[in-house]
Amino acid sequence: MHLGVSESMRECEYSQISTRSSTPMETPYKKRTPKKRKWEIFPGRNKFYCDGRIMMAKQTGVFYLTLILILVTCGLFFTFDCPFLAQQLTPVIPVIGGVLFLFVLGTLLRTSFSDPGVLPRASPDEAADLERQIDVANGGTGYRPPPRTKEVVINGQTVKLKYCFTCKIFRPPRASHCSLCDNCVERFDHHCPWVGNCVGRRNYRFFYMFILSLSFLTIFIFAFVITHIILSSHQNGFLSALKNSPASVLEVVVCFFSVWSIVGLSGFHTYLISSNQTTNEDIKGSWSSKRGKDNYNPYSYGNIFTNCCAALCGPLPPSLIDRRGFVEADVPQLAPPTNGITIYGSTQSQQSHTCDQDQCIQSTKFVLQAAATPLLQHQSSEPVILTTSPENGGTLPGRASLALTGPCTSLPLGQPTPPTSTSSLSCHEAADKLPVHGHTLTHNHSNPLQESLFQHHFLTPEEVPSPPGMLHCGSPMGHSHTTQAGFYDPASQDSLHEDSVRGLVKLSSV
Amino acid sequence: MAETHSLQDMRQQAAITAKVFIQRDYSSGTMCQFQTKFPSELENRIDKQQFEETVRALNNMYAEAEKLGSQSYIEGCLACLTAYTVFLCMETHYEKVLKKIAKYIQEQNDKIYAPRGLLLTDPIERGLRVVEITIFEDRSLTR
Repeated sequence: MHLGVSESMRECEYSQISTRSSTPMETPYKKRTPKKRKWEIFPGRNKFYCDGRIMMAKQTGVFYLTLILILVTCGLFFTFDCPFLAQQLTPVIPVIGGVLFLFVLGTLLRTSFSDPGVLPRASPDEAADLERQIDVANGGTGYRPPPRTKEVVINGQTVKLKYCFTCKIFRPPRASHCSLCDNCVERFDHHCPWVGNCVGRRNYRFFYMFILSLSFLTIFIFAFVITHIILSSHQNGFLSALKNSPASVLEVVVCFFSVWSIVGLSGFHTYLISSNQTTNEDIKGSWSSKRGKDNYNPYSYGNIFTNCCAALCGPLPPSLIDRRGFVEADVPQLAPPTNGITIYGSTQSQQSHTCDQDQCIQSTKFVLQAAATPLLQHQSSEPVILTTSPENGGTLPGRASLALTGPCTSLPLGQPTPPTSTSSLSCHEAADKLPVHGHTLTHNHSNPLQESLFQHHFLTPEEVPSPPGMLHCGSPMGHSHTTQAGFYDPASQDSLHEDSVRGLVKLSSV
Repeated sequence: MAETHSLQDMRQQAAITAKVFIQRDYSSGTMCQFQTKFPSELENRIDKQQFEETVRALNNMYAEAEKLGSQSYIEGCLACLTAYTVFLCMETHYEKVLKKIAKYIQEQNDKIYAPRGLLLTDPIERGLRVVEITIFEDRSLTR
């Protein structure tokens, strides 16, 4: 028995020597993996293609339907109607048709494949800083406080900035969290299943160009197929004309139904652009005069022309998520363990850099093992200090839930799945209460796999609306910086870690 | 990367004491602006004037990037006409200004912040949410 133990220990030591780091955290069998690109560890529910160059939503079935409809209808038009029209009328018709078709396809692909303006999630340090400020404002009560908002005055209008529990940031004005893609998107318009992506700040102009050009294309095809049938029926009679080109009938049917929805949608978005509103804001009536006499849109430039120019020809901001960048896998330099402050700082940056899934699983296992054996302090690798203090049991449920919903700064968990699941649940509840805009009728897709909730594609998923007597984080923010030094106090660090570990143990038992 | 050799050396030798985050200032709308309020942690490290000047310069550059002027309109129209293929060979105005900002931050770090044991992180690396200032331990660093 002893021999076996010493042998295995020897084995472990040998493996540890062969790795780069000597921390017990890292699994002895970890080799130097090739550098990952950031899209591979992207926390949202997006799909990436072409090594991160293309970004789409998770459900892309309806996008392929859109593509097929456009390709088939145009294909039939060019094959069966254009020869006749080019002969009888003018060859300019297929040329214009071709140009329109290419423009539609180009804008569709650009809308679908580009980053709509996703806001990257907060780094653990940032999240901790914000949490601390909010905790101070709360007075340090244990249980999860009501949804947090900040108020800001923009152009004379008071706008509420909501805190996103998933992304751990205060959302900028006009940003919203898309529950389908699980991302906060800047200037969020809506999630469009027809293009298989969210429509936000960076791809709104492409989306608008797409629906505008598609309206022209639909009307164009509709008009010229009708012309073809009429001209053909002059020569041969109506029924034989239809028999000669059955494709035309299909095209007319498709175009007839498309025209109403797409032209209507184009008109609606033209109105939105000229008043500088998003679909989100229009549905909620954020800036409508019905809310109050002094309610106006603070983002509008005043005249229609400037609004249109700003939306369509304004500067195109770059993508904030850097999909093709490499994940920094290097381990930042650890300072000698002189005091708790230094260790915390350096291990924290280590955690933020080396948070990948393997490590998370390993660390969770390690923590649970450590929790099971009432032992020690593994300060060099992981700032989890285990103390068995039954007197804290009374406050345990509250503190544990705080640990669960708080950011994962004290533990090297890369993916805080419990908090996201709770926050996304609240998103769904909130979205349920939202009114369904008329245009959703055109955009409902009958994907049986999705819940009916997701069919409201203009949904505006947000956290549960805050109660009236709620916390205003405005003034306390100013005083928060003075308490920052206190956060690095090892004593409070101990209790926070202890609760986090208890929370983890509770989690594992679920 | 906004780091130079001296900063990398500093990082290897020094340890991070704290990080200060300068949040966004949304009072002028969705434009990218940062708060110029001087954080108390930097009180004994750097001049208030100096700090405010840095943040104001950054704000001006971001305003320039997002400005709606004739140049941005021409660029937008040209892009639309060429079906946005023009951006395969040309950089957008915004990207050009971001490069300028990166250079400015590196220069500020070299001249002003590194000697005081501070490090500015380019906001673009934090999704334009915050300006992260890392405070290093107060030892005698590379002089």
